[in-house]
Amino acid sequence: MTDVRTRPGDALVDEADRRRRIALVASKGTLDQAYPPLILATTAASLGWEAGVYFTFYGLDIIHQDRLEKLKVASLANPAGPIQLPNLLGALPGATAAATKMMKKWMTDARMPSVPEFIEMSQDLGVRFFACSTTMGVMGVVEDDLIKGCEIAGAAAFLDFAADADVQLFV
Amino acid sequence: MTSQFTKVTHERVDFELDASGLLCPLPVYRASLALNQLSPGQVLRVITTDPGALEDIPALARQTGNTLLGTEREQERALFWIEKGARS
Repeated sequence: MTDVRTRPGDALVDEADRRRRIALVASKGTLDQAYPPLILATTAASLGWEAGVYFTFYGLDIIHQDRLEKLKVASLANPAGPIQLPNLLGALPGATAAATKMMKKWMTDARMPSVPEFIEMSQDLGVRFFACSTTMGVMGVVEDDLIKGCEIAGAAAFLDFAADADVQLFV
Repeated sequence: MTSQFTKVTHERVDFELDASGLLCPLPVYRASLALNQLSPGQVLRVITTDPGALEDIPALARQTGNTLLGTEREQERALFWIEKGARS
């Protein structure tokens, strides 16, 4: 049987010795959208996989030192979401704060780690964090603004990592 | 965070991890940390209540090269016995 993951030029590696790899893109900067890539990366690393997350556009906020603790749930993001309001009322001041507070309470009550805790857990397991260099330039973010351990990368560098991934997901 | 498991003296169980009340990915995360502490041939027993764990823990064993020796259901709890593999 042909292994589709073996490409011309690749060194021959015993399939049993080869670590699986996941490449994730985190493109959203809301609290609810920060969880899925961090949970998947943490899980993949727990399974012994190599894992990398590319933080791009608003997703860069997840690894921004001053912003990662302030991620919010947009009350307009999910009409059936934490705050049961007509969308028009979701635009009122306070709706986002209320939706954010409610999701944080759900997570705490369910004994789920916070976003900063998931970041620490995943980094401790060796998950690689890639910071999109274009987003940094566009949004005026410098390396010192980011949490420790991030690799600044352009799209080609991330694709180079993702090309050898068994699973690639965009969040 | 560190995994919390205690040594138990029971045949074919060297360590036990109680992940009751924890949701995905925490049972897998903690079981993985626990397995990393074991020597080949040692057995970890994991207790879970998350319905997702019924498939997650066997998947963890498969993906990490460890052997799922057995599972048991008792009401909402599920128990898993995982033997640490030689090369995991």
